[in-house]
Amino acid sequence: MGAMSTRLKIGWAVITVVVLVYALFPVSSILATSFKLPSELNSGTFLPQHWTWTNYNQILGPNGTARDLFVPALRNSIGISLIATAIAAVLATLAAYAIARLDFPGKRLILTTALGVSIFPVISIVTPLFNLWRNIGLYDTWLGLIIPYLSLTLPISIWTLAAFFRQIPWELEQAAQVDGATTWQAFRKAIVPLAAPGVFTTALIAFFIAWNDFVYGISLTSTSRARPVPAALAFFTGASQFEEPTGAISAAAVIVTIPVVILVLLFQRQIVSGLTQGAVKG
Amino acid sequence: MSAIELKDVVKRYPDGFLAVRGVSLDIADGEFVILVGPSGCGKSTLLRMIVGLEDITDGELTIGGTRMNERAPRDRHLAMVFQNYALYPHLTVFENIAFPLRLTKGQFTEAQIREKVTTAATTLELQDHLERKPANLSGGQRQRVAMGRAIVRDAQAFLFDEPLSNLDAKLRGQMRTEIARMQRRMGTTTVYVTHDQTEAMTLGDRVAVLRKGELQQVASPRALYEHPVNLFVAGFIGSPPMNFVPGEVTADALRLPFADVPLTDALRQRLGSRQIVIIGIRPEQFEDHAVAQRHGQTGGVPFSATVDVTEWLGSDLLGYVPFETRPEVRGKLEELDRDLDGEGVRTQLVVALDPNSRVRDGDEARLWFDPEKILVFDPESGENLSYDEGAAQEIDEQNERDRKASLARAHAREAKSTAAA
Repeated sequence: MGAMSTRLKIGWAVITVVVLVYALFPVSSILATSFKLPSELNSGTFLPQHWTWTNYNQILGPNGTARDLFVPALRNSIGISLIATAIAAVLATLAAYAIARLDFPGKRLILTTALGVSIFPVISIVTPLFNLWRNIGLYDTWLGLIIPYLSLTLPISIWTLAAFFRQIPWELEQAAQVDGATTWQAFRKAIVPLAAPGVFTTALIAFFIAWNDFVYGISLTSTSRARPVPAALAFFTGASQFEEPTGAISAAAVIVTIPVVILVLLFQRQIVSGLTQGAVKG
Repeated sequence: MSAIELKDVVKRYPDGFLAVRGVSLDIADGEFVILVGPSGCGKSTLLRMIVGLEDITDGELTIGGTRMNERAPRDRHLAMVFQNYALYPHLTVFENIAFPLRLTKGQFTEAQIREKVTTAATTLELQDHLERKPANLSGGQRQRVAMGRAIVRDAQAFLFDEPLSNLDAKLRGQMRTEIARMQRRMGTTTVYVTHDQTEAMTLGDRVAVLRKGELQQVASPRALYEHPVNLFVAGFIGSPPMNFVPGEVTADALRLPFADVPLTDALRQRLGSRQIVIIGIRPEQFEDHAVAQRHGQTGGVPFSATVDVTEWLGSDLLGYVPFETRPEVRGKLEELDRDLDGEGVRTQLVVALDPNSRVRDGDEARLWFDPEKILVFDPESGENLSYDEGAAQEIDEQNERDRKASLARAHAREAKSTAAA
């Protein structure tokens, strides 16, 4: 790779700027809107004329009108997503390991079924699930959301992790076994440390899937017992019927974006590629 | 340290492929045995069956007198060095070497582990790299870490699976010597798999040559070289490889494409009623006729041949002499070439001449060879008709005596250095 020519550099710069604007404009628009007064919402300017915390006060403040809607929803979202992610990560790690390493009948069937489940449109499952959940008492509970979230996160986790495990040289495990490890020790001491970056990445993807879900969230809940944030936003109302709740919704949207950004920044360091380098001749 | 015994060991893969067809091999305590053969001959499979990474379909494996067929790898107490080293990339060199010790759970204290690892690392000159990760090491260093992991615990035997094939030529030579030295000093039973016949010849007390899952011959390197049992072993052992030419039996001579060899009575007896045989001549049995005369070598067969290409190597001058083979033996020789992973480009004679020889490319040269040492093979079965079992056995016995003597010397030296320290 030689030095890039000036024209090429300019070209890349332009493309980068276009992509950045395209990706970040909606976010910055919401951020700006969240600081606007309700009366300024239709002012037509991008930036608020008067910066204000009113909207945040409304959803988080002790006297906020939307507080009872938002705070429990935030708690539900965090709890449900984390539990679903943890379960998905553990199950997917074991399943993917089995698929990548062991030879057992029905291996292909499991993979195809997983793929089938993940491509099934959520909206077509949600109505029967709604009836079933009401009958067996899972409606409007955390578990009632965690289970469908697993059906979304597990297939993709298994597929990504299986691909990841296949890249880890099998000799490492065999070497561990010859060195005196049991199958489980070989897995835990030689494979898991190497698979950690892959598991982190997969867990992150699983978390986002659960965190961003709307259809299950709104259909399988009815109260703040289990309703997650994306669903709760739909129940926001303005201070009066003539006022749009846009400001409060924007503020809530900004708040739910923060954990995602933090997670990405945090795990970015964990997702180091090339950790397997040195295991085999490099 | 233990003897390893294989009895009619068979490996059949689930798809029906027979990788190892009834191999029986006794490896004595402290012996260095090489499994060698071209790719796909089943040598690695055999090694992996010994260590327990492959199931044994049929037959019996005993280590130190105990049947091991059903034992898990961890219960066989063997140490193995893998072709790609299989170091744990997330652990430092120290922890890589300490790994087998840590798995024993409480058998060693932290101080003992530290001491053992340090000793192993010092033996392999790794003491400066103990805190580094494998990714930051050179190929040779990684190789030594893998060996350190093997020697740190008192394994019953060492198993090597083509450990040097990922190193460059110079390093390979150094590590080869290092492995030989280490094995002599520790006196641990060692099984070493390689496809490289030089490694096999230089390292092994005994060499087992495999072809398509079948054991061809187990003997000392010298016995293999001088008394191969068949065409395959003869062609595999030696570099540059042995020349095979058709030989037509006439009333009083054996007619080769380039010369006639007078028939002795002993030779005639072995030939039986065969009209065509395959003759094997090692490149170094040839000489420039002028040089041979100067050295006073008499009694050989002089002949003229067109030397196509020459390669001057400093210690030798290799000459290539193309010749036309006979249709009766072409099939067999082509099959042999395929077995030996050859390309079957052309039939040519390789002659190793004295480096002072004046023979050059394209010369019509006067060459000479010693008919005493030629080997005669059956063109159908490939069997060595001139095989002398007594002589081969004698070489093997001599080799065994030498091995024991050198082992004893190594132990004495070790004892002395320990006493001094």
